[in-house]
Amino acid sequence: MTETATLADEADEADIDPADLAIATTGLTKRFGHQTAVNGIDLAVPRGSVFGFLGPNGSGKTTTIRVLLGLAAATGGSARLLGHDVPTELAQALPRVGALIEGPAFYPFLSGADNLRRLDSADRYADPATRDQRVARALERVGLTHAAKKKARAYSLGMKQRLGIAAALLTPRDLLVLDEPTNGLDPQGTREVRSLIRAVAAEGTTVFVSSHLLAEVAQICTHAAVMHVGSLVAQGSLDDLRGTGARVVRITTPDGDLCRVELARLGLEATGPVGEVTEPTTDEVAVEAPLADDGPAAEDIVAALVRAGVRVRSFDVDRPSLEDRFVALTGEGFDVAR
Amino acid sequence: MPADTRTHGGALLGSEVRVLFRRWRTWAMLAALATIPILMAVVVRLSSEPPGPGEGPPFLDQVTNNGMFVAVTALVVTTPLFLPLTIAVVSGDTIAGEAGLGTLRYLLVAPAGRLRLLVVKYVSACVFCVAASGTVLLVGWGIGSALFGTGEATLLSGDTIGVGDAVVRSLLVGAHVTICMLGLAAVGLFISTLTDAGVGAMAAVAVLTIVAQVLGQLEQLAWLHPWLFTHHWLSFADLLRAPIVWTSFTENVLLQAAYVAFFGALAYGRFSTKDVLS
Repeated sequence: MTETATLADEADEADIDPADLAIATTGLTKRFGHQTAVNGIDLAVPRGSVFGFLGPNGSGKTTTIRVLLGLAAATGGSARLLGHDVPTELAQALPRVGALIEGPAFYPFLSGADNLRRLDSADRYADPATRDQRVARALERVGLTHAAKKKARAYSLGMKQRLGIAAALLTPRDLLVLDEPTNGLDPQGTREVRSLIRAVAAEGTTVFVSSHLLAEVAQICTHAAVMHVGSLVAQGSLDDLRGTGARVVRITTPDGDLCRVELARLGLEATGPVGEVTEPTTDEVAVEAPLADDGPAAEDIVAALVRAGVRVRSFDVDRPSLEDRFVALTGEGFDVAR
Repeated sequence: MPADTRTHGGALLGSEVRVLFRRWRTWAMLAALATIPILMAVVVRLSSEPPGPGEGPPFLDQVTNNGMFVAVTALVVTTPLFLPLTIAVVSGDTIAGEAGLGTLRYLLVAPAGRLRLLVVKYVSACVFCVAASGTVLLVGWGIGSALFGTGEATLLSGDTIGVGDAVVRSLLVGAHVTICMLGLAAVGLFISTLTDAGVGAMAAVAVLTIVAQVLGQLEQLAWLHPWLFTHHWLSFADLLRAPIVWTSFTENVLLQAAYVAFFGALAYGRFSTKDVLS
């Protein structure tokens, strides 16, 4: 909880104008009976960002998306989508939003292209005169041109996923909401989706992408938020999220105990107990110690260690990985369902 | 607001009707309906004795005089069960079917608009009602004329009518039967907003059809009868007299309109606030 407060303060300092937010929610809450699926979240998705919406399965990501897109009514709080109130002004926002929600869905008896035509005709702002052209372009962008005339029931899971993304790209969008876009895709397909997201973002579209697999989206995101059991536990730019973790010194050496003693002398507390100096062993050990921002410089630590006779085989000053941070925030592995 | 504010609201109805007639299920149901007049005509043609007056389904005795009456007889035979079953399938599937496929959420974020989608779904169900009774009518005309020719036929009032009048009369019966199905389609639309299981909605509509007809046969419930959507389903006889008695036809129009208004409002009330979680 303190984490959220810290990050919220940072957001205040950055002084983000609400008009610059593609998605903004205040205390957004959704309950199903007694179960609270989304618990008072304050999302702030800047325009032009690629925003990773992360959290384990069942942490409330899809429910949040359903509320944002007007599919479900919020129990409490408010939300704005592209500056329009949800749900009263949704009709103005939705034509500028492309979405993939909880997996793709199609009419199995229609071809891929006909499925896209069908969805496009539901959008009353989509011009029928350019429909065939836009359908062909969307299919091309996801690499499905060859399967355009194939019935959707004959599509593989990965092809359906890509067709779903094509549907989200039928008209120019200001915001793309992609719920688990890499589900069912092989590593190659995942890479293709990532490069597609990069290309869409490069055109200025805000991309809001949810995932339970941090590694799949971390490398394309500029911002991220982490959900845990219906609450938002962290939010901010990727640098902010990384920066809030303390630096760590990581040394591999055969002289583990000697290293620990020497680190302690420098004021660094190695993880694990500092033991007696014993005969050097041949086994290499990894020694880790948190390094405060006002701690000694890295080169001084190495010099001191070497002077003391520690055979340093590798030395590294590192921030904890995002994965470590998120596991710490959610208190569990990323894949774990509630 | 999008820069281009021209709207193309009509496209969805065209798409809806196209999707309806791209399904094998739709064609299978129409084909099944078409077999009724064919079966009847062929059986009467092959039997050694023509059916006597009052034998078998209504007007069966007239088909040997004017084959077009095959259409009327077939409509009357399919109205209590077969025709409403197909309407139950189409109307029960309107919203629930989309929910089951998961396409409902994509139509809504397109955005189709909930009221617009509901109206489009109902209108396409009505298009199917016309197609269903139209199929029976046209196939009946075709097979009847082919097997029995088109001569003069005797009406219930004893008057004889020619071909032109026979066309008008059977069209009127077709229109009456179609209108009878519109209230049922509205009931189906409402039930369809209650569930994500299309098959469940279809079954519920079919069961309601039968329950209403059973209630309609219980004398103890005579007070209820004028309010049942099935009340006028077989009130076609007045259309086959000279001159035509319009009372039950217009009563039925009002009754069906009331059902459409009432269940349409219920469907909107339910669907406009429904959490779409499928």
